[in-house]
Amino acid sequence: MVVGKSIPRLDAYDKVTGRTKYTDDLCDKSAYVAKILHSTIAHGKVLSVDVSEAEKIDGVVKIVTCFDVPKNYFPTAGHPWSTDKSHQDVADRLLLTDHVRFYGDDVAAVVAENEVAAARALKAIKVEYEEYPVVLDVQKAMEKGAPLLHERFPDNILGHSSQSVGNFEEAIKEEGLIKFDNWYDTPTVQHCHIENFICYASAENGRITVVSSTQIPHIVRRVVGQALGCDWGKIRVIKPYIGGGFGNKQDVLYEPLCAYLSTVVGGRLVKLDVSREETFVSNRVRHAVRSHIITYARPDGTFVARKLELFSNQGAYASHGHSIAAKGMGCFKQLYPCPNVEATCYTVFTNRPVAGAMRGYGIPQAMFAVESQIDDIAKGLGISPLEIRKKNLMPVGYKDDFSKNVNYYDTFNQCIEKGKAYIDYDRKLEEYKNDTGDVRRGVGMAVFWYNTGVWPISLESSSSRMVLNQDGSISLQLGETEIGQGADTAFAQMAADAIGLTIDKINVVSNQDTDITPFGTGAYASRQTYVGGLSIAQTGKLLKDRILNYAQKLTKVPENNLDIVDNNIINIATGETLLDVATLATTALYSMTDSEHITAESTYQIKSNAYSFGCCFADVQVDIRACKVKINDIINVHDCGTLINPALATAQVHGGMSMGIGYALSEQEIFDESTGRTLNNNLLDYKLSTFMDHPHLEAQFVENPEPTSAYGTKALGEPPACPVAPAIRNAVLNATGVAINKIPLTPHVLFEEFSKAGLI
Amino acid sequence: MAQYKLVKCTINGKAVEQMVDVRASLTDMLRNDYRMTSVKKGCEVGECGACNVLIDGECFNSCIYLAVWAEGKHIRTLEGLLKENGELSDIQQAFIDETAVQCGFCTPGVIMSAVEILESGKDYTDDELRKLLSGHLCRCTGYENILRAVRKTLDKRLGKENAE
Repeated sequence: MVVGKSIPRLDAYDKVTGRTKYTDDLCDKSAYVAKILHSTIAHGKVLSVDVSEAEKIDGVVKIVTCFDVPKNYFPTAGHPWSTDKSHQDVADRLLLTDHVRFYGDDVAAVVAENEVAAARALKAIKVEYEEYPVVLDVQKAMEKGAPLLHERFPDNILGHSSQSVGNFEEAIKEEGLIKFDNWYDTPTVQHCHIENFICYASAENGRITVVSSTQIPHIVRRVVGQALGCDWGKIRVIKPYIGGGFGNKQDVLYEPLCAYLSTVVGGRLVKLDVSREETFVSNRVRHAVRSHIITYARPDGTFVARKLELFSNQGAYASHGHSIAAKGMGCFKQLYPCPNVEATCYTVFTNRPVAGAMRGYGIPQAMFAVESQIDDIAKGLGISPLEIRKKNLMPVGYKDDFSKNVNYYDTFNQCIEKGKAYIDYDRKLEEYKNDTGDVRRGVGMAVFWYNTGVWPISLESSSSRMVLNQDGSISLQLGETEIGQGADTAFAQMAADAIGLTIDKINVVSNQDTDITPFGTGAYASRQTYVGGLSIAQTGKLLKDRILNYAQKLTKVPENNLDIVDNNIINIATGETLLDVATLATTALYSMTDSEHITAESTYQIKSNAYSFGCCFADVQVDIRACKVKINDIINVHDCGTLINPALATAQVHGGMSMGIGYALSEQEIFDESTGRTLNNNLLDYKLSTFMDHPHLEAQFVENPEPTSAYGTKALGEPPACPVAPAIRNAVLNATGVAINKIPLTPHVLFEEFSKAGLI
Repeated sequence: MAQYKLVKCTINGKAVEQMVDVRASLTDMLRNDYRMTSVKKGCEVGECGACNVLIDGECFNSCIYLAVWAEGKHIRTLEGLLKENGELSDIQQAFIDETAVQCGFCTPGVIMSAVEILESGKDYTDDELRKLLSGHLCRCTGYENILRAVRKTLDKRLGKENAE
């Protein structure tokens, strides 16, 4: 058995030798270079685009403006297509637009023989605009008379939904309840994968091939087809290794434009390589969310009634749209079940960069608000943060009526106990109480809610193909993608066990090609090991049955008596090795009497989902006069079920914790209030955590096997980023007594808050 | 109009020469003219460290180092670490053993900085290592396993008792 073992990543050797080929490494040097002219206003109408000077520049091949492109509106969210029209994503994008809605929108594109010519042409293009008023704030965008971004969406509201349990208004009449009423703000942050988005396109036999740094090749194929107004089968998308995605590449970015640009230059090869500066502005960002939570609690800490209003800043276009806010709202009534809950959420267009999917998909925002308030309530009632959680957290046996998810295990308490023990919580709580000087220490924690995959909101299925090669090895293909997380390695481990082979016999075809790869929707929702695992288990069984069927012909032993163990066909009854799979494979292919190409392929559609929970504990020290927070120690504890590869799982948690630390302390996009321009769209001014900003990151696990999963596994990709920011914020609260309701906790924010609190 | 200049240098021990656009960066020259695809482009303005190479033993962001400045220099890229028989250097092996690789895009640059650190022959504390490596941005690993890979390799090279 290889599931559960920390085998090295399949792609590690190639990656440490620089041999792994990413999109730019594969693109032929003859490619034309495409560059995009982005708007320099945040809202307005393009009146004219003068390309006459630009066209004269040596090396410029073609310039296309917003007035030239076909009017095929298309969606960009990396969601499975829905055959139900009412459930389809909002199609509000054009390849280029004459109604610009954010500073950095796409107005024109240049195709040139080289980068310098393309860059010079961009500077020579003159755009005349009619400017409209700009709105960047969600609440202001919802006001009457606010600038309207999309005609179809009055008051700029892209989506609004609500949930209700019990009777909030009646419940709050109870005598003696204590009310907590707080607002929380999270910032706009960016994914910052180190490989920027890049793609290239060319025509081949009347079809268009797009090679793209994407998480979702099959979805990209569909959307490029929609954007170009052609049959989806006319598009072929190839996904090589990619340098990270984190959700930004779970959106269709510039693949449609690049494909279109190839068509306007006779199908020639066109490369569109996005700069870091463009990545911050004109790709996707995480939704900034403002949450208002009201909790009525009894003095003993029992929650009686709770209300959530959540406002999600969508930016200029729908992208993943309301799904993020809806997911954030959806967990509210589940995490701390309470008899009376009212929750409502709005997703609102503003003239800011487009928000899409990002690791955690609304949950890091929701957890910041929810878990911060839990500590505020605990402090207000004089109850310990752990006690109030234990009193109100989702109990074992809880079942969500929508997803049908069941909380099978006492995960929360098990995770909390591990985190508490590692951080030495009780002792530090006592010791840090005595800190009264300029530097004070504190401990804080937060739990998180997550689930696995997108069922029942959308399709959840995965297809896999296994081919028995001449030597008894297996080629394995899935539509589910390797984006750095180690998916291929986990797939290989599961496949090896499903068939009875050793890991060296599994060749994962890593790169997806929509012409060849079985259909799968890709890397998102922390779904792949769960959903792909079910598909692999099923296809593995099919393949194994076919191998054993052939073995029966060779050995005359009934199939029921045969099994495959460590690459050998064995007789179950006697334990005797009858032949090895390699011999069988060679025989099957080359037999002069009974030749057979042994393959298997199947689709597994799941109609289940799985909770994935855990927590973070942080130990911080706050230099009050310097307005700085330093993390002394930090731990995440996760129950993602059975670990397929503990070393890879641990590494995944480190990365999520790092992202959470940046979210808590330093990362944010800053916008000019009057123009909507992003002021820090580079890696110097946008403060991504560096080696020096982290202590040791501790990752631990509780392994309760998930009953609905083929291998006991469930979500781990996104969850690590979810609890970190509130844990750090709560540790700062513990250290200083100051409850800070917005992140990141930069010196600017701390100065303001500590001043208000009279600490400085 | 583009101006070209002959640049003679050694790349991974081999003497080479090439006419290069005087505006080209060393990243461009290494990737485009010599197909050294380990040299990655993450920002092209010296922020992320994905393009780091050794120039006369010192680690540089090759994206903000002009190709013409490479005249007469000894340049080493990640490709040069692999032995003839395909055997990995100790630091590459440590990156595999410590699960310090995820998407792999920052990996070549970080390893080149690690080589500079290791070849200094000096010992460093973890805090010093963090500072020496801080020119590299990584979004996947939280730097944890990368630091451990460099630490363990350094300890081994220095013959420390506790090194595995």
